[in-house]
Amino acid sequence: MMKSAPWVALVAMGFGGAAVAQDSKALNVEGTALVTEAAAPSHMENVDTIYSGWRFRSGETQALQTDDFDNPAMVFVDQGIDQFGKIDGTEGKACSSCHENIEDFAGLRPQLPRVQDGKLVSMENLVNTCRTERMGAEPWKWSGGQMTAVTALIGLQSRGMPIDVAIDGDAAPFWEKGKELYYTRVGQLDMSCSNCHEDNYGTMIRADHLSQGQINGFPTYRLKNAKLNSTHGRFKGCMKNIRATPFAEGGDEFKALELYLASRGQGLAVESPSVRN
Amino acid sequence: MKHAMGFAAIAVFGASMAFAEDVKPMAVSFADGSVEAALTSTAGDPANGRKVFANRKQGNCLACHMNADLPEESFHGEVGPPMDGVADRWTKAELRGIVTNSKMMFEGTIMPAFYVDSGYERPLDEFAGKSILTAQQVEDIVAYLITLKED
Repeated sequence: MMKSAPWVALVAMGFGGAAVAQDSKALNVEGTALVTEAAAPSHMENVDTIYSGWRFRSGETQALQTDDFDNPAMVFVDQGIDQFGKIDGTEGKACSSCHENIEDFAGLRPQLPRVQDGKLVSMENLVNTCRTERMGAEPWKWSGGQMTAVTALIGLQSRGMPIDVAIDGDAAPFWEKGKELYYTRVGQLDMSCSNCHEDNYGTMIRADHLSQGQINGFPTYRLKNAKLNSTHGRFKGCMKNIRATPFAEGGDEFKALELYLASRGQGLAVESPSVRN
Repeated sequence: MKHAMGFAAIAVFGASMAFAEDVKPMAVSFADGSVEAALTSTAGDPANGRKVFANRKQGNCLACHMNADLPEESFHGEVGPPMDGVADRWTKAELRGIVTNSKMMFEGTIMPAFYVDSGYERPLDEFAGKSILTAQQVEDIVAYLITLKED
């Protein structure tokens, strides 16, 4: 009896953590409160309240994100700092040659993706444009380790700032396309993003607690693969799960979907780099 | 030798006959979402149906439906209704219809159609033109579900 008591308590805590994750509101990172719940933006017709994916994770996973010393993603942010200062390409420049203060990127992450010169661009596009046009260097792979390390570093400068993407004006057609993709059923399992992440968030799908599919924490460290994951890489994984041929990372479809999903998280704090399972 | 060859020929012939008699995915006849006729000539095997229900690479029904009959499986989903007593609520023909293609009964449902081989967009190449389950697996699952009674 004595022996079994701690085990029972442990199980009770485990279940409690999963079941009430959505209700435990306070995400404090390094002593700063981050917004993980907000009134849904007016364009969302079927959802009243939006929640960060952090709210759907177990207490153990949640805790990893509250202290940068515990956050396993920070190892990759350190790699990002190295990459940022590393000279590469024909022009003999590093990122830091032009961007002397990394803190100057505060405010960028909440606005991405955005339209520039008629094109929808994600942070990965901005990084690679700098590399190819200013540095004379090869572009990085969209979801490769160098890219996710640097997008995590740049995203971190905006941690705590509310997501605030433009969806009107020249962004409108991209946003509409993203919305259409969100509601389109694909794959042998014939499912849309909305089937799980709008209609059924908060429920368990086998061992997974379905979230709203918010992207305010990307790039995100996943315990599943022990590395940083790009937004498009995650889209790809979701599509494969429903046995659909994924769209290309960095392609028009995923960039449009990224804009639409970002807009479903307007007001949530940037959590980059977040920790998920 | 001749004797053995004869047996082999019969076995192969028998198997291809059974396959030929399976109702093809898009030829299944529905009435109000139900499918009266069995999809195969071999009676469903409830023991195998129970395995297909839980297997992540086959039915993976447990991903969405909790089922008290599978206490050895640790993670039961909550997306769809629990399976406890499902045979008290639905007839065999209704269950066959729901497993084959639930959209015929529940318009817009999230539940995949387990026995259709077209009509879905952008499938991964390895699944293109294929149904999630075979006709026999559908029959096995139906034979299993009809055992789940509470009354």
